[in-house]
Amino acid sequence: MSRTLHTFHGGLHLPDQKALSNGAAIRQGPLPAQLIVPLQQHIGAPAQVAVQVGDKVLKGQLIGEAGGMVSAPVHAPSSGTVSAIGPHAVPHPSGLDALCITIVTDGDESWCELHPLENPWEADPVELRAKVREAGIVGLGGAGFPSHVKLNPGARTAVDTLLLNGAECEPYITCDDRLMRERADEILLGARLMRRAINAGECVIAIEDNKPEAIAALHEAKRAAGRLCDIEIVTVPTRYPTGGEKQLIRVVTGKEVRSGGLPIEIGVVCHNVATAAAVYRAIVHGEPLISRVVTVTGEVGTPGNIQALIGTPVGELLAACGGAKSSASRLLMGGPMMGLPLTRTDLPLVKTGNCLLELPAEAHHTPKPCIRCGECMAACPANLLPQQLYWYARAKDFDKAQDYNLFDCIECGCCNAVCPSEIPLVSYYRFAKTAIWGQERERKKADKARERHEFREFRKEREKQERAEALAKKKAALDTDALKKKLAEEKAAAEGGTAEGATPAVDPKQAAIQAALERAKAKKAAAQPKNTDHLTADQQRQIDEAEERRAAAKALADDSQTPEGSA
Amino acid sequence: MSALQANARDTGQVMLKVVYALIPAVLAHYWLFGWGIVLNVALAAIFALGFEALSLLARGRDPRHTLIDNSALLSGVLLAIALPPMSQWWLLLVGTFFTIVVAKQLYGGLGFNPFNPAMVGYVVLLISFPVDMTHWLPPIALRGESLSLIDALSYVFGGQLPNGMQLDALTMATPLDVIRTQIGLHHTVGEAMSSSPVFGLFGGKQWEIFNGLILLGGLWMVWAKVIRWHIPVAVLGTLMLVALSFHLYDADRFAGPLFHLFSGGAIFGAFFIATDPVSAATSDRGRLIFGFGVGLLEYIIRVFGGYPDGIAFSVLLMNMAAPTIDYYTKPRTFGHGAKE
Ligand code: SF4
Ligand code: SF4
Repeated sequence: MSRTLHTFHGGLHLPDQKALSNGAAIRQGPLPAQLIVPLQQHIGAPAQVAVQVGDKVLKGQLIGEAGGMVSAPVHAPSSGTVSAIGPHAVPHPSGLDALCITIVTDGDESWCELHPLENPWEADPVELRAKVREAGIVGLGGAGFPSHVKLNPGARTAVDTLLLNGAECEPYITCDDRLMRERADEILLGARLMRRAINAGECVIAIEDNKPEAIAALHEAKRAAGRLCDIEIVTVPTRYPTGGEKQLIRVVTGKEVRSGGLPIEIGVVCHNVATAAAVYRAIVHGEPLISRVVTVTGEVGTPGNIQALIGTPVGELLAACGGAKSSASRLLMGGPMMGLPLTRTDLPLVKTGNCLLELPAEAHHTPKPCIRCGECMAACPANLLPQQLYWYARAKDFDKAQDYNLFDCIECGCCNAVCPSEIPLVSYYRFAKTAIWGQERERKKADKARERHEFREFRKEREKQERAEALAKKKAALDTDALKKKLAEEKAAAEGGTAEGATPAVDPKQAAIQAALERAKAKKAAAQPKNTDHLTADQQRQIDEAEERRAAAKALADDSQTPEGSA
Repeated sequence: MSALQANARDTGQVMLKVVYALIPAVLAHYWLFGWGIVLNVALAAIFALGFEALSLLARGRDPRHTLIDNSALLSGVLLAIALPPMSQWWLLLVGTFFTIVVAKQLYGGLGFNPFNPAMVGYVVLLISFPVDMTHWLPPIALRGESLSLIDALSYVFGGQLPNGMQLDALTMATPLDVIRTQIGLHHTVGEAMSSSPVFGLFGGKQWEIFNGLILLGGLWMVWAKVIRWHIPVAVLGTLMLVALSFHLYDADRFAGPLFHLFSGGAIFGAFFIATDPVSAATSDRGRLIFGFGVGLLEYIIRVFGGYPDGIAFSVLLMNMAAPTIDYYTKPRTFGHGAKE
């Protein structure tokens, strides 16, 4: 069975650096004295605290309940006592603290009672999804979208393709590679369960061709599973960012996810291979997601892959791999292209943390002016014009930046990597995106204020009128009796009218208020910016993350005015 | 951010490679035409770097950081090659002043200039000193005597040629000039080409060699990914196609495509001038359109306009159109339907 593969524009061949860590088998990570479990490790609403300080918890016990439909619960990664519930530093672009549950471990590792699904192969999709949700599984590839939501095809009764992402295209990262080599059977079983949950027509696992062992292991497991396992294993060319969801869908199916749209719209659901393994463990063994494989690599003593408990401080994971070498200067969570810089080592490992990377110091170059050479354009997988985006972001001409589809930038960093002038392009895009969201928020606030103001004005006007009317009435009352009588008659007639109507006539005051409000609403709607309405959850996450990056990015932008700015 | 540098390139290197690509042609020019070009290049480079440093100082910048981007050097060299060899020092000084100070630094420096700096300098000179801009020395082979370096220097700096020689006696009309004049006198192209010794196989005598080396340098730049192929291919393709159409229409009045390709600054302009990324269109499709415009205008100016060669004007005119071209040639962003 061979499948025609497709391509996407741009992309890069990067030195993959995977040999550093892909040789060693997954090792069991340390049991730290303290586990710090953030309540938000996913896109969506944070989990709600379900324990109290002092509570004894068992390994796998629920400690935070899902806070809504798009949310995921969190569980105790090991047994022990809840010692604190409060803000703690977490790996997040904002660098801000977030609510965490701290557990002092007791070393027993005693599990709570687990509830595997009986007869998973006969269970219906609703049951399967419920189990995935209960287990707190989120996308382990880095995005962290709650998996049960993606396993719900919604109005569709079936999807065409369940695509499992084993591309692992970022340099250095090898956790999925090792997982595929060592637990191929679990991945295949998980894939079949997921396929059942969404009733997918076909199931494809896509792996970049720089991981021949993983590919062989999956083929072997597929053979062992026999006829039941109708899963296609597809080797895709190694090119960053093939592992990007939209890029991989394009490569494997030839279909293009609409800008701002979701894969499900074109009949595709995409999950990471590690997520599939977690789904298998959740459904067949009842295990919640309390640990994951994380690659610890770069400038560390013994790079490798570790099965680590969620909530383990990253410093202990580094220590478990021989610690950072003296040459290390920058710690990232994630890969070198899109990873999140970490400034401290007491941050906990989160569900989406696939890699801890210590990078050596880089020679620092002052960015040169953009010479519009177009290298960035050639490398951009979203087929944007990064040089134009840069130009407009820098000039703070955000309307133009949106004209050039700023919001389709996936922040992959390809443009950065090829720019001969070494301009930190992605920082400018983040800055522009954040600024636009900021403006948006400001405008919403302003709209509210204007609404209130308009209403106040309207009320003042109304009161003035009422006063004038009252005055007129008084005056009239002083007039002749005849007039008085006439007024009385009119009044009676008016009242009669009201009484007669089946529904009381709309109070004119109410009507006017209503009209004013609607006007304000219409105005507001008309003023919506392009491209930011109908935000996907993913974009919403970006908004939140980017919001806080703003200050930093702004500083950068101001800075950059110096080299070649004003004449 | 977390940039993993995938490129070994750096803007300063890119600019320098363009200069390297010109070296063989400049050497050949020296060999065929004498010292003129060497003096042009040397003086223009010095003036350009000087003006760049002065403007940076005037703008309160540290010139050391910016001079290493080599863009001033490149602009100076390009201007020097576009000008008649052995131009006098003040001509080069005025030219580089407009190139560096007016066309580039006053607009905010590298990356902000809407017009090709070297061509701005060139056009200013062409308009202000039209006579000096026609002093093209013919190849040594045609004039029989060679000026020594001392002679050349004394002319460049003192305006004096040895033994009371007059420059006019030495210079000769360029092939493009001859064609234009002869056609104006109702001669055919064939008659024009046999009337003057300046013609070679298909272009100007010995200019063919120079232009051939320019072409090689240009092709090397494409191969070394210093420039992308779109602009030169579009410029030269259009120029030749239009020339061919007219030539087929009336071969007596219109010279053929190879003549146009190998005469004047066509190849130089296509590979080294129109490709200046800052002032050209930026997307691949945009660059094809940009190049098409340059090629078409160049032919029109050469054949129907008032100036012998059109590369400078056509590039500047297309520079003006570049922002508009950019706007209408945005590539289809991933996930945006074919329409948009
Ligand atoms: S790669 Fe850098 S210098 Fe070249 S066009 Fe893009 S931003 Fe400008
Ligand atoms: S970061 Fe954005 S603009 Fe740059 S290459 Fe990636 S998608 Fe294109």
